[in-house]
Amino acid sequence: MNIDKKIATRQSYGETLVELGKNNDKIVVLDADLSEATKTVLFKKEFPNRFFDMGIAEQDMMCTAAGMATCGQIPFVSTFAMFATGRAYDQIRNSICYPKLNVKICATHAGLTVGEDGATHQMLEDISMMRTLPNMTVMCTSDDAQTKWAVREIAKYNGPVYLRLCRLATPTIYDENQKFEIGKAIQIGQGTDATVIATGVTVAEAIKAKEELEQQNINIRVIDMHTIKPIDKEIIIKSAKETKKIITIEDHSIIGGLGSAVCEVLSENYPAKVIRMGVEDTFGKSGTAEKLLEYFKLTAKDIIENVK
Amino acid sequence: MKITDIKELESLAKKIRRGIIEQVYCGKSGHPGGALSCADILTVLYFNQMNISPENPKAPERDRFVLSKGHASPALYSTLAHRGYFDIEELKTFRSLETNLQGHPDMNKVPGVDMTTGSLGQGLSVANGMALSSKLNSDGLRVYCLVGDGEIQEGQIWEAAMSASHYKLDNLCLIVDNNNLQIDGQVDEVKNIYPLDEKFKSFGFEILKIDGHNIPQIIEAFEMAKKVKGKPTVIIANTIKGKGVSFMENQVGWHGKAPNEEEYKQAMKELE
Repeated sequence: MNIDKKIATRQSYGETLVELGKNNDKIVVLDADLSEATKTVLFKKEFPNRFFDMGIAEQDMMCTAAGMATCGQIPFVSTFAMFATGRAYDQIRNSICYPKLNVKICATHAGLTVGEDGATHQMLEDISMMRTLPNMTVMCTSDDAQTKWAVREIAKYNGPVYLRLCRLATPTIYDENQKFEIGKAIQIGQGTDATVIATGVTVAEAIKAKEELEQQNINIRVIDMHTIKPIDKEIIIKSAKETKKIITIEDHSIIGGLGSAVCEVLSENYPAKVIRMGVEDTFGKSGTAEKLLEYFKLTAKDIIENVK
Repeated sequence: MKITDIKELESLAKKIRRGIIEQVYCGKSGHPGGALSCADILTVLYFNQMNISPENPKAPERDRFVLSKGHASPALYSTLAHRGYFDIEELKTFRSLETNLQGHPDMNKVPGVDMTTGSLGQGLSVANGMALSSKLNSDGLRVYCLVGDGEIQEGQIWEAAMSASHYKLDNLCLIVDNNNLQIDGQVDEVKNIYPLDEKFKSFGFEILKIDGHNIPQIIEAFEMAKKVKGKPTVIIANTIKGKGVSFMENQVGWHGKAPNEEEYKQAMKELE
């Protein structure tokens, strides 16, 4: 992990869209007046004819994308996670997931790490809402290389996808040769003292915790759960069998997200105690992303306390 | 197949209405009122206007139809069956556990259904997406979208109306099935949507107003819409909810109710 080279996953997303656009003229991009922030502006500059600003009208945007998908286009739809999944839930459910249309919802600014905008913009329920939808694949990537892979990969896959991206620049974890597969988590380390299952921005915190604990002869493993649906059951069960503790950590509500998904797998297959780290049934608040992660106890230091 | 004979189209519309009653009676549920009100419009679209072929229901260059008021599914199913997309007998399975004919249309189950609909207010946005795609694909197809008058109380319709004119979707034709009834009563009393012509005009649409049960007027409106350039067209079709069955006409109670045996027999007799 390179903590000095920080890149926000939304930036990786925008750059990869341009690359995809060059190779496939069926790729179209829709945004709802946030293209500078979501980084779809990069695609807009290269391919103005295939970029559609739908204005501040997320419901209209989702269904427009659905209509385009029925005609063979591959729409990538972006706005903040709050408005993508909250404002347009019915549209995603009935016009995209139920007919299983090939729409890629790539929502940025998810979670507390939106920062200063505060609770109204900090989407903490999107993983929960999206993973309950039949036909939906749910992904949440942790760094630049993984996000670039995910964007390329979902363009090839035929069906609805929700990709959760972040505003905050986070350390680079993987090099560009790292192999990924949808539905297969990445295990970092072989430690047996604890397993920390993380997703998105919390993966870097988990790796930091792992490195600090090693200095104290405590060996943990980190699982980067970049695909939350379908979830990698095998790696969860295996880790529960091999390690003394299971901890989940997410920049999301502890209700319905990664922690819940892990508990569902374990309760049915290998009952084990799970410590769910996340936002505990409350709304967010204003502050810098870093301060918020501290306030809501989602840092490496908090992971270390839970491991001990 | 393009039918131009008005008498023949009128006779087909009657058969399509019989199919509507058949479905709602056999399924013991469904929405006869709003299905009967749009039957003539669907007849003209599928037998006179749209470039489609039941033998190749997924042909990329076909014209598209989005039934935004998905609860009028019996009208769409009956039209598709009579047009040859599937066996007319299948209409009797409407809304049963084994059927493809779901309460609201499912594009993955029924050949000829271009979009899954049911949750109101979403169809015009979908139709816009199809029209935008058509412009990118340069395939020259036309997109038709039917909304209910009550349905346009949904805010998304107006988001979509803005998009349609912003993107100059002259390959899009919106039809409002203006029967002035919704579940809770008269549309203008529940929450007034009128004047529709001025609203759509200010949103940048070409406006056409017709009697939605007059087949020559329906044909003429669709032909005029094809000639409009640089903006979308809306056809405000004044209709009668329950049209064709005397005791259902203009009766809000027949929005979502199935006829009993006696009512079924009378309705079928009136539609002979």
